Amino acid sequence: MKRSLLTAALVSLAGIAAAETPTLTVYAYDSFVSDWGPGPAVELAFEEVCDCDLQFVGAGDGAALLSRLRLEGGRSDADVVLGLDTSLMATAKETGLFAPHNGVPEGLSLPIEWTDDTFLPFDWGYFAFVYDRRRLENPPTSFAELIGSDTSIIIQDPRSSTPGLGLLMWMKTVYGDKAGAAWAKLSPQIVTVTKGWSEAYGMFLEGEADMVLSYTTSPAYHLIVEVDDSKAAAIFDEGQYMQIEVAAKLAGSKHPELADRFLDFMLTDAFQSLIPTNNWMYPARTPETGLPEGFDAPVSPDKALSVPVDEVPALREQALAEWLAALSR
Amino acid sequence: MAGRFKPVNIAGPVALLLMALLVVAPLLALWSQAEGAAGLSVPDWSAIRFTLFQAVLSAGISVLLAIPAARALARRQFRGRAALITLLGAPFLLPVIVAVLGILAVWGRAGIMSRGLEVFGSGPISVYGLTGILLAHVFFNLPLVTRLILQGWAGIPAEHFRLAAQLDMRPDDIFRRLEWPMLKGVLPGAFLLVFLLSITSFAVALALGGGPKATTIELAIYQALRFDFNLGRAALLGLVQFGICAVVVLASLKLSRQTDFGATLGVPVQRFDARGGWRLWQDRIVLLGVSLFLGAPLVAVLLRGVPGLVNLPASLWPAMGNSLLISLGSALLALVLALMLAGFIDRLRARQARGASIVEGIALSTLALSPFVLGTGLFILLYPVANPFALALPVTTLVNAAMSLPIALRALLPAFAANRRSLGLLADSLGMSGWSRFRLFLWPAIRKPAGFATGLAAALSMGDLGVITLFAPPEVETLPLLMYRLMGAYRMEDAASVALVLVAVTLALFWLFDRGGRLGHHT
Repeated sequence: MKRSLLTAALVSLAGIAAAETPTLTVYAYDSFVSDWGPGPAVELAFEEVCDCDLQFVGAGDGAALLSRLRLEGGRSDADVVLGLDTSLMATAKETGLFAPHNGVPEGLSLPIEWTDDTFLPFDWGYFAFVYDRRRLENPPTSFAELIGSDTSIIIQDPRSSTPGLGLLMWMKTVYGDKAGAAWAKLSPQIVTVTKGWSEAYGMFLEGEADMVLSYTTSPAYHLIVEVDDSKAAAIFDEGQYMQIEVAAKLAGSKHPELADRFLDFMLTDAFQSLIPTNNWMYPARTPETGLPEGFDAPVSPDKALSVPVDEVPALREQALAEWLAALSR
Repeated sequence: MAGRFKPVNIAGPVALLLMALLVVAPLLALWSQAEGAAGLSVPDWSAIRFTLFQAVLSAGISVLLAIPAARALARRQFRGRAALITLLGAPFLLPVIVAVLGILAVWGRAGIMSRGLEVFGSGPISVYGLTGILLAHVFFNLPLVTRLILQGWAGIPAEHFRLAAQLDMRPDDIFRRLEWPMLKGVLPGAFLLVFLLSITSFAVALALGGGPKATTIELAIYQALRFDFNLGRAALLGLVQFGICAVVVLASLKLSRQTDFGATLGVPVQRFDARGGWRLWQDRIVLLGVSLFLGAPLVAVLLRGVPGLVNLPASLWPAMGNSLLISLGSALLALVLALMLAGFIDRLRARQARGASIVEGIALSTLALSPFVLGTGLFILLYPVANPFALALPVTTLVNAAMSLPIALRALLPAFAANRRSLGLLADSLGMSGWSRFRLFLWPAIRKPAGFATGLAAALSMGDLGVITLFAPPEVETLPLLMYRLMGAYRMEDAASVALVLVAVTLALFWLFDRGGRLGHHT
């Protein structure tokens, strides 16, 4: 009894202490907040300057983040969401859950000009199928070569994962009206469709498939961290689809000023220098230290594919229906 | 009765009302939400088709394989027979996700089976999708059906076989005259039972289903809620699932005869027709095959998990806390509800048999409502008033309690009836009622089934991976959910270690309550 009273007292003391420093809650995707992602280092760096408690909450993959925010609606504890992307932005904006930012800072290093008033980019990359040189000696060099071959692949569900959605838009850009037929032909090669990027990449590393949908920068991880040059990204003749990952402040945030400070911080060197070798993407604003090995431009600008942000929702709906129909056969 | 005024016992009706609310309110919520939905789409239909297709296959394969297995067990006597029969009962308490992990270890691309097949030049098995789902369903249901059929075999009097031997009947004749009539009685019910279990096995489809090709209705509901934020579609699919389950439950109730679970399985019948020769070898091979099929995944989990036991992930402890809260909470809730209802039904039965069956029917109606559909209904019901993610633990507790209620009720009712017949009049004549009557007269008589039912409810709830996935935010975990997430991150060794802890806690809970019910019990 005595002990439980003591515990209660301690808990309430801790509560008072916590109430003095505000807590900024940031929803992000799983691999960002994991121990091997940039989350822990970002938390330390921001807490040094913010006089606050930064809490990352992992909520599945990128698209699942948006679902969660929509389910929670105005009741969400989130102040900032980090990890939506250009394919989700228009849909996200329609929810009215997000508030405008304080302006786009100078000096971004994106392949396109950034004008959005709600979302700010934090990194970007190109989707690519990653393979193991030792297991796959002649990787396909185009969708045309991949589709109908005996190369097995693992992809992510476009309804829960931003790479999965990226592939959907990529195929749609390349094949247009014939995307459904292309998916139907590719379908037998798909070992499984995972909910998120982490599951898919883990399965690929365990040898469950020849290739996995990931990024052109993924092999750099193996090169730098594991000193292993066996992984490579297949560059396709049709071009690579580009993804820009974004963050935004929630309209219902209880700490809007702190949220703004976090978004500003996001585009400083302290944050951006963590991106290449922790999130394995291109920083949205190249830090002074430059880019590490393995981050040379893999794709010439004319091969960088993308769909304008406001055209995505209509195209997504159509492409998703084709995808579901082709893969559920 | 004694002709004097008795206070109306309101516990029973209150419990009944709660139950009815728990079934009806979510269904109404689904109904009202589904009205706004735009009909079933092409992928929805394919999910419905896939659900039925895999369930037919699961049930068919389980039943077909169970016949030779049960026959071999029925007519052979060997060391380890009792152990094998016990092993056949184990999958009932085994958390689904643990079995899935074992099946992946054995049948997955890097597993023993796939490597073995490569030696023969055959490609590795693709375990994700239909194959994996069927493997898991047969793993769980083959033992169940084998035990059911074994009871049937044990129910054929030994004299019949002796007589057949005296008449010099050939094995075909024996099959036609003795065994087939028994099988005809048992198999349809067994088939429907496996069919129902396969329709509602969400965890298997979640972990092993591979994309739109292998999506069950419940998985489609999960996707509609968690991916698409489409409450209408989730509701519509929930109603479809309820409809299918209700039809199957009604059909199997019509078929089912009261199965006597106390039937002896221990004594094999002397079979003069199958003493030696190829029938002996056939039986040996069948039994060896079944033992390997069931044992290998369990051994694989054990081997993979033991090394990690010294270094368990830190996230294990909060997950264990949540699991214990849900498990104990739901088991006790199920017990209390079952006691209230059993008392009510039992009193009614003494006066009005028909009313009693109606009340029992309402209490058993959760059988047709899969936990997942119930969870979906609650989600839709709660969503406008509260953050569903904040309610993960209480909702899961409630749903698990509702799911265990039919089992608890089935276990308690016979004990209530027996107690009424033996001591009821005495208690009446002493004018005992309320708490003292319960404590002195009823409790000693129902302790044993109550302990068993509570243990079973706690164990099942401990291993459950269903509704929690709908509600749980990423920072809230139960042991099965933690396992599933570790598997998602491909940390299979850690997942296996957590699996061992989960199995140990599950069995300990069952043992504790079951044992507690028997302690000092001499009947």
